[in-house]
Amino acid sequence: MPESFQLIISLLDSTIRIATPLIFCAMAGIFSERSGIIDIGLEGKMLLSAFVAATATFLTGSPILGLFAAILASCSASLIHGFACITNRGDQVISGLAINILASGLTITLGIALFSRGGQTPPLASEQRFMPIEFPFLDQMSYVPILGDLYVEVISGHNIIVYLSVLAVLFTYYVIFKTRFGLRLRAVGEKPEAVDTAGISVIKLRYQSILIAGMLCGLAGAYLSIAHGAGFGREMSAGKGYIALAAMIFGKWNPIPTLFACLLFGFLEALGVRLEGVELMWIGEVPVQVMQALPYVLTVVLLAGFIGKARAPGAIGVPYSKEG
Amino acid sequence: MSDSNIIPKWLSVGVIPLMNLFLAFCVSGLFIFFIGENPFRAISVMIKGAFYYPGAIGYTLYYTTNFIFTGLAVALAFHARLFNIGGEGQAYVGGLGVGLVCLVFDQYVVGFLVTILAILGSVIFGAIWGIIPGYLQAKRGSHIVITTIMFNFIAAALMVYLLVNVIIEPGQMSPETRDFESGVGLVQIHILAKYLGLDMAMSPLNLSFIVALTVSVGFWFLVWRTKFGYEVRSLGHSETAAIYAGIKVSSTIIIVMAISGGLAGLVAINELLGVHNKLLLGFTAGYGFTGIAVALMGRNHPFGIFLASLLFGALYQGGTELDFEFSSITREMVLLIQGLIILFSGALAYMLNPLVERAYLKYYGNYSNA
Repeated sequence: MPESFQLIISLLDSTIRIATPLIFCAMAGIFSERSGIIDIGLEGKMLLSAFVAATATFLTGSPILGLFAAILASCSASLIHGFACITNRGDQVISGLAINILASGLTITLGIALFSRGGQTPPLASEQRFMPIEFPFLDQMSYVPILGDLYVEVISGHNIIVYLSVLAVLFTYYVIFKTRFGLRLRAVGEKPEAVDTAGISVIKLRYQSILIAGMLCGLAGAYLSIAHGAGFGREMSAGKGYIALAAMIFGKWNPIPTLFACLLFGFLEALGVRLEGVELMWIGEVPVQVMQALPYVLTVVLLAGFIGKARAPGAIGVPYSKEG
Repeated sequence: MSDSNIIPKWLSVGVIPLMNLFLAFCVSGLFIFFIGENPFRAISVMIKGAFYYPGAIGYTLYYTTNFIFTGLAVALAFHARLFNIGGEGQAYVGGLGVGLVCLVFDQYVVGFLVTILAILGSVIFGAIWGIIPGYLQAKRGSHIVITTIMFNFIAAALMVYLLVNVIIEPGQMSPETRDFESGVGLVQIHILAKYLGLDMAMSPLNLSFIVALTVSVGFWFLVWRTKFGYEVRSLGHSETAAIYAGIKVSSTIIIVMAISGGLAGLVAINELLGVHNKLLLGFTAGYGFTGIAVALMGRNHPFGIFLASLLFGALYQGGTELDFEFSSITREMVLLIQGLIILFSGALAYMLNPLVERAYLKYYGNYSNA
């Protein structure tokens, strides 16, 4: 295998690993925002569920229970968000921000109180994590040029949650565009009055949407601490929720383009790490910070309408009340 | 959502915010209780840490200074119904302004003059970091919340790059610039007190605090006593009305964001000119985000913002004391309290309105009906 091809293969492999939590969070964002609720709190929900996943797994020894606990925690955060901005018609941005800061404080405080390890959870043994799954026929496939390498190195050998992220995209696409619930969800994000007039509860629909968003963020958090990582570390979500938010905007609130945005941002990060200290022809060394800032710069440029227009759902950010 | 018009102002501006704050503290207390510590002891440790020990008040007011700047920054944008989440990035880039001015001039120009220029530098650089999202909102319709979030991250990447690769002190491992020459900087209050023959405990409180108070008065004058302030508030109430009134919406948005960014940039004078005496990584430490809580609690009024800043100053300073006194609760507890305050005073600000309205009508409503 030539060296450059090997490099591409390993870049794609890390792209998938980096993109997985982004994909879950971005799909969560689509569910929430398509129903008219801004979700700045993706980051906080992911962080909280990462902590809960690691804690529950450590205490029970079962990653499955850890995953469920993570989803439960993330959904509770969604419910707080819903209570604030659906029931009490509070500001959605402020509520999301509150969730992020709460998650930050809560995970460190509880982590220190429970484990006295400066906010970390104890490391998990490999049987307490979702470990890489080896696909069948690896030996046979490794003789096939290119496709075989892709199969062995890139497609096979990830943990179950990575594969679930593909399902999450299909699920999001199907639910939003092919079901009656999805039609209503999109309608409630564009013209809630119309949905209300048709006798469908705006409030119920929006709660359902943000609960789905909560579940997806829970998966993202669990991926970080009990699948990709082996335990929780302070602030381990490290801005991924915001990158997911950017990817969602970059994908114009559509699941498939958003998937590609997540992969693009994941690839940029993988490339940034790889390019550190490497002299490129014509350009010289590319600072890793350029690669880190690129997703945000691209999103700003897109939002400014310089490369196609990103249009948010019509009723986004506006609390709904029957009196108008 | 807006304040209720059923109940009098002293209830909606005075009592309800205090009730919200009380709720936030109750929930924080519950958390401390569940962790297995005594919440009342935690409060007394924090109050002692913030006000009682020598120098404690100085530290509290030093934090307060930062929060006044970022709180005012967020509040001004709120008056135009713009949500500037970018205070953190604007403060950070403001620090670049301070750093560049000092590094370029401090060996050739008198310290006093460099300090003045550095203050201007913090305002201008912070303003630039506010103008770009402002322009994109005004002219290209990009949502200011998203752009300012993105600009926080861009600022962080930019500053890391510059501090690690460009303006780092040569031969130094940690990413910070060389010290500014002596004579540059804002004098600390305890040193000032010594000249006046007073004995004050050492603390990082410096002249920036006076700047913050002056700026607060200026803020009040700008928003409530000038034509521009009137335009900003009209824009905040109704963009359509503002357009019909002949107010230039785009330029107002851009100017508001410039001033807002400049205010946030002033955090750098407290941190860099007042305390660290050099530009260093991550000196903003989340003060920009706390500014949002401060503005919400302070109801976008300078006096309210001063009180809220004082509260957060006390929480930050008192929080450090938790580390010494408890084994299981630390200063991060303050982050939790901050989140709860944003939740109850911000997102759930009107939750108690119906309750208070009902109670008010029950006791006072009979007169009007009779």
